[in-house]
Amino acid sequence: MSTATLEADRPRTGAAPSGPSMLTLTRVELRKSHDTRAGRWLLIVIALAVLAVVAISLFVEDAPKRFTDHFGITQLPISILLPVLGILLVTSEWSQRTAMTTFTLVPRRSRVLVAKVLAATVLAVLGVAVAALAAVVATGLTPVFSDSERDWGISAALVGQVLVVQVVSVLAGVAFGMLLLSSPLAIVLYFVLPTVFTILVSLVSALDWVRDWLDLSTTSMPLFEDGLDGQGWLQFGTSVALWVLLPMVLGWLRIHRSEIA
Amino acid sequence: MITIEHLTKRYGAQVAVSDVSFTCQPGTVTGFLGPNGAGKSTTMRALVGLADPTSGTATFNGKHYRELPNAGRQVGVLLDAGAQHAGRTGREVLTLSAMVLGVGRERVDEVLGRVGLAGRPAGKRLGNYSLGMRQRLGLATALLGDPQVLVLDEPANGLDPEGIFWMRGLLRGFADRGGTVLLSSHLLHEVEAVADQLVVIAGGRIVAQGSKTELLAGTGGTLVRGPDRALLAKALEAAGIGVSPGPDDALVAAAEALAVGQAVAAAGVVLTELRPAGGGGLEDLFRSLTGSGGGQQVQEVLA
Repeated sequence: MSTATLEADRPRTGAAPSGPSMLTLTRVELRKSHDTRAGRWLLIVIALAVLAVVAISLFVEDAPKRFTDHFGITQLPISILLPVLGILLVTSEWSQRTAMTTFTLVPRRSRVLVAKVLAATVLAVLGVAVAALAAVVATGLTPVFSDSERDWGISAALVGQVLVVQVVSVLAGVAFGMLLLSSPLAIVLYFVLPTVFTILVSLVSALDWVRDWLDLSTTSMPLFEDGLDGQGWLQFGTSVALWVLLPMVLGWLRIHRSEIA
Repeated sequence: MITIEHLTKRYGAQVAVSDVSFTCQPGTVTGFLGPNGAGKSTTMRALVGLADPTSGTATFNGKHYRELPNAGRQVGVLLDAGAQHAGRTGREVLTLSAMVLGVGRERVDEVLGRVGLAGRPAGKRLGNYSLGMRQRLGLATALLGDPQVLVLDEPANGLDPEGIFWMRGLLRGFADRGGTVLLSSHLLHEVEAVADQLVVIAGGRIVAQGSKTELLAGTGGTLVRGPDRALLAKALEAAGIGVSPGPDDALVAAAEALAVGQAVAAAGVVLTELRPAGGGGLEDLFRSLTGSGGGQQVQEVLA
């Protein structure tokens, strides 16, 4: 507050510095996902849920105990909870009104959105890795808590499929966030809409083809088992187009056109 | 340099900003004044690319804000100090911005110190910040990228008198070293002391703009007072200066102080007071410019 401190704000002249790289923007978005209490607690809850699942599959006697079984079951809490992190990655910018600062610093909005998609993808891969680590621990402890032997066998195809499912489900969260721009609305609809859809198309037998081609929970189920065939991928792809691509494109346009206030 | 040309923003049938044009030169502070809802914030949002103008342009040295390679390094922006995540600490908010801007972490400590938030306040969550502290943090964010231009919407909101005084010094110093400052306010006295140029907006239209001295020169004459009011009036009329009754026993002469002084000296009349009429500086100007917009608006401007 003295004259001496004021000397420091000499406006700079000279060449304009270049903009932030996509890597930088992605790192910023990743940091935003865990630098608030809400984000940190969500990550802690996910970690605890993974531990709980490991404990259950260890202590429940008739649960299958191979590494590939542990690997599959530990993905469950990740696939349910991580999309919420994807939703908050987008919606918190609006509910907490930080979008104003974000888009003032990076006025080309698409760059921020690309960074968010990349950050969400990284989070999904990290989620799979953490679940895999928990599965390693569970498999290691299997002979201690049960009569089963350690069985480390797993197919690369299964790991790849699980990675795809987790990335897609986190991106579905991002897409719902982009479309709705409201944390409570996006979280509720993310869970309610697909569930209602699944129930509806499962009840009416005439809608079987809708279930087989457009219901994401139906089409993603085979990805948790080894060896998905071409038609399986096609059915998964069409439902991803409906539940991830469509809301993301609409949300992208909405964010591009809206006034940030 | 900021150049705004024929900027118009419509929301449906409602016109928020209509044909607004003005420029802000390097080395100057421009006060953007008007009652709440006059179109100040809309103009500033259009300036920094958060809103698309219906027509017209707003540029920095000829470039649209979105075309600036690293906008925050050239233009420091504070539009709404309340628009921050309540769960982040002050230091964390600045660290995120520093990453985007590509400035070092030491720069975060530097600006925290400059706005008076170093130490404990920097580690507090924003949910526990007062509005004044949020304004200081917002100003820190604007200064972080060491920009040449500052765009600040109501930066004095929530600051105590000492804080307002401090901010004036900071903005004056920034402009004196060649920076360009555009700051808005609905309170005249916040801007009057620091601005070189004033742009007054009411109902989405610019109702007055010019240097502070220019705008003052155009107002209500000179107030004169003396022990003998009648004698004073006679002396002025004799010199061809129009006279009207002023407050209490004073007179308002339709001429500048020099001419009034010469006239009364020539007539040998005693003076006890001689100053620009209105006393409150630009207040009368505001009263006349924004008065037609309704009594409530005038109250806000003069509050």
